[in-house]
Amino acid sequence: MTDVLNALTLLGNFLIIPGLTYGSQLALGALGVTLVYGVLRFSNFGHGETMAFGAMVTILVTWGLQSVGISIQPLPTALLAIPVGILVTVVLTLLIDRFVYRYHRERKANPVIFLIVSIGVMFFLGGLIRFIIGPGDQIFFDGTRFILKAREFKQMTGLDEGLSLKMTQAVTIITAVIIVTAMFWFLNHTRTGKSMRAYSDNENLALLSGINPDRVVMITWILVAALATIAGTLYGLDKSFKPFVYMQLLLPIFASAIVGGVGNPVGAIAGGYVIAFSELILTFAYKKVVLYLGPESMELESLVQFLGTDYKIAVSFIILVIVLIIKPTGLFSGKTI
Amino acid sequence: MSFLLGEQMTGGYGAADILHNCSIGVEKGEIAVIVGPNGAGKSTAMKAVFGMLPLRQGRVMFDGEDVTQLKPEERVVKGMGFVPQTHNVFTSMTVEENLEMGAFIRTESIADSIAQVYDLFPILKEKRKQPAGELSGGQRQQVAVGRALMTHPKVLMLDEPTAGVSPIVMDELFDRIIEIARLDVAILMVEQNAKQALEIADKGYVLVQGHNRFTDTGEALLANPEVRKAFLGG
Amino acid sequence: MSAFYQQYRNQILFSVMAGLLVLVAVIQSLSVSLTILNLCLISAIMALGVNIQWGYAGLFNVGVMGFAALGGLAGVLISMPPVSEAWQAGGFGILLGLLITVGTVIASLFAWSHIQHLKKQRYWIIAGIIISGYALLRIFFDPGVDAIEAIDPSVTGYLGGLGLPILVAWPVGALFAAGVAFVIGKIALGLRSDYLAIATLGISEIIIFFIKNEEWLTRGVKNVNGLPRPVPYEIDLQQAQWFQDWAMAVGMPVDDASAVFVKICYALLFIAVIGILLWFSETALKSPWGRMMRAIRDNETAAAAMGKDVTWQHLRVFVLGSAVIGLAGAMLTTLDGQFTPVGYNPLRFTFLIWVMVIIGGSGNNWGAVLGGFFIWFFWIEAEPIGLWLIDTLTSGMDPQSVVRAHLLEGAAHMRLMTVGIILLLTLRYAPEGLIPEKKRL
Repeated sequence: MTDVLNALTLLGNFLIIPGLTYGSQLALGALGVTLVYGVLRFSNFGHGETMAFGAMVTILVTWGLQSVGISIQPLPTALLAIPVGILVTVVLTLLIDRFVYRYHRERKANPVIFLIVSIGVMFFLGGLIRFIIGPGDQIFFDGTRFILKAREFKQMTGLDEGLSLKMTQAVTIITAVIIVTAMFWFLNHTRTGKSMRAYSDNENLALLSGINPDRVVMITWILVAALATIAGTLYGLDKSFKPFVYMQLLLPIFASAIVGGVGNPVGAIAGGYVIAFSELILTFAYKKVVLYLGPESMELESLVQFLGTDYKIAVSFIILVIVLIIKPTGLFSGKTI
Repeated sequence: MSFLLGEQMTGGYGAADILHNCSIGVEKGEIAVIVGPNGAGKSTAMKAVFGMLPLRQGRVMFDGEDVTQLKPEERVVKGMGFVPQTHNVFTSMTVEENLEMGAFIRTESIADSIAQVYDLFPILKEKRKQPAGELSGGQRQQVAVGRALMTHPKVLMLDEPTAGVSPIVMDELFDRIIEIARLDVAILMVEQNAKQALEIADKGYVLVQGHNRFTDTGEALLANPEVRKAFLGG
Repeated sequence: MSAFYQQYRNQILFSVMAGLLVLVAVIQSLSVSLTILNLCLISAIMALGVNIQWGYAGLFNVGVMGFAALGGLAGVLISMPPVSEAWQAGGFGILLGLLITVGTVIASLFAWSHIQHLKKQRYWIIAGIIISGYALLRIFFDPGVDAIEAIDPSVTGYLGGLGLPILVAWPVGALFAAGVAFVIGKIALGLRSDYLAIATLGISEIIIFFIKNEEWLTRGVKNVNGLPRPVPYEIDLQQAQWFQDWAMAVGMPVDDASAVFVKICYALLFIAVIGILLWFSETALKSPWGRMMRAIRDNETAAAAMGKDVTWQHLRVFVLGSAVIGLAGAMLTTLDGQFTPVGYNPLRFTFLIWVMVIIGGSGNNWGAVLGGFFIWFFWIEAEPIGLWLIDTLTSGMDPQSVVRAHLLEGAAHMRLMTVGIILLLTLRYAPEGLIPEKKRL
């Protein structure tokens, strides 16, 4: 019995909690990608850098707050700085839309042209971010590190294995739940949200109904900027902030969006967790779990691991490929938000 | 002058004109039907009236105002409603949301208008929480018409509303259209089913290759042997 | 003036490029100029490969880095001497592993086509075959890998190559890239256009991870140094009597002369390759096949309606273009004389090449070549220029100023931003690029 509990604790500590955390980050990122796809109809390669930009502004504000001694212990100060980060990122995305995307939208350019344009934006933002904050690692986490320490858990339960819950993990999961709920409430219950869905569903009919496309596009960018800033900051809090990493996040984020069905917000969220858990499940070393559950005298040489941890990134790709082969429209067959 | 009038319209999408000196008009409370063979420019004439086709010559008058230069969405605000032939509902949204979107330009309460549409199409009330994409063809057309009615248009333009629906559903749709006309709405529609459409029409336009060929009351056109022979299959 | 430019545009643009290289030779040194030239040539070949895919068929490949790295890997596997101890230690496990992999793939493909009627269950059956194949693979493969990597890890620790001349690696690199492109194309072509972009982005990341991690094959991050050369070594030249005489004759120190001589040898080799490729591409473009490809690109639906198998033609073009990129990758490794997996980053190897093609003029081979030259030149020279610019602009500031220090530090990232801005400006104001595609009938 204790063995089973130990095994479960092990899984909880190394699979479930990290999976929920990482999944929430991906889901928020994929939601942004999916909104752009649903309304503006292109795959936005600049999304990773938008996340990095939002996180960067948040970090700069956090440092400012820290230097004047403002904090919200035990929560990380960054949470206080996020609104400013969102505001600046909103201004940035609206400026980029005004000076870059709008021209191509008015000319009804091919989606691939938009995709290349978004790569141009990615370059520009990447340079800007590195210019402002540098290419290195930035740590901006403060506040209480652990909500539940492994040692405390062991003392509490008497088990050999510990379960820990980091502050950043709890913050990430709770924020994601709040944001996603708010997002769906907005899309399904407000006039503006519904007009976004209508525009995404049928652009011409939306025009005939008197929906103003410029307004829909503007609202979309505002939401995307907010989602990107939050996702970027949460990821940075949980791991660390490094500009290059955000470009690498692009693949799992796109995979999440496609697996769920591009353009479908429910799909994006489901996709985020599917990708996150697959990554962890396939690269987790089950040796200790098997030892707990197996017979007393059992010995194991191997780590009982499907894939080396280095191949984490390959997992999202493999799932992407499987989805493309079996059901290219994704699990939730999306096209519209 | 008619309540809505496309006068001497000439124009097309590219270099070649599709419409030649074509005139279409309709009065309040009246049903006008555009019929003609395939490729006669029926839908094009309707789109020209609605501003979806650049005109080289001619003008469009609506309620005593020249609207030739207005964009389609601006004409909607003026009181014109348009139901496209295809892609005329928001498939991922519920019936009720479709109606709400139809009333997007209106700021006052729309509950009455929704109730009115439900009175007209009772089946929609039953299905109001269902995504429009899951409905049958006839029901979808009802949603499409209902959506266009939500702006309280003074003129309702329908592009082949009965395309792809069964004869029974067609009759039912025509009945509804007559009811709408009785609410003092001008109705202009393009129809493939010329005979049935002319039966309910106050005015009929027979177009051939972008020209007005015959213009008369529906009854008179049905009685005209030349029209019968050439366009109504005897 | 503008008519003159229109008529002699290509000549003028290429002369400007040549002039820039001469300028570098004068201001910096001949050796630096030749180094830039060689990399310009390789970039131009990569750009040609991308242009075949994008310009001819409108395919958007974001995996240039991966295909280039595969070419580089070919350089190692072909030219390095085999490590016989490693083969003895783990060769059997590796070969058996390969055999199992091939067997699993064949078994799944065979099963797939024979259980079509089973609907849902077939996915589970295929998954079963793959998982058991994978488990079997790991049983034999892992000990082999461990044994190989244990052999003298600081020097070898990998299987080595075939010990063949490195020029053989060039076509082999092309083949490697073509093989992977075939599989990716088979999956992602025929779906929405941005799926190919995302799939290629993914595969290129994975190729790099594979190369970094599979030390038994590539030595991973430990790099493979001292790849054999297709041209003479400086040290041999310096000792040869005829070379010393020649250096004397041109009035250069022997050391410098040998470096320049080697670079010129490379340049000639590369120019030969680029010449052949250009000839082939231009011939293909003018052929009925090229006409069909353009028809497909400009109106896929119409071409499909005319009975053209669009997806199959796309697959061919995708494979061809990737092969050219693989070839360029092998050439790059040859020029470097070493294989450094950490050196592959998407900015430099994928997106920069894209900028080359778009700025050069998509659909035009000469445009791609010119774009390759211009952008590489700029990429290399932007850093010193940017640094100089900021240094000059901030020279009025206090030398101790934090702002100035930060700006100088950030100058290195200016080129990223500048490339982005150039790309955006080109797409908006000159979407046809420097040398627009010829309008053909």
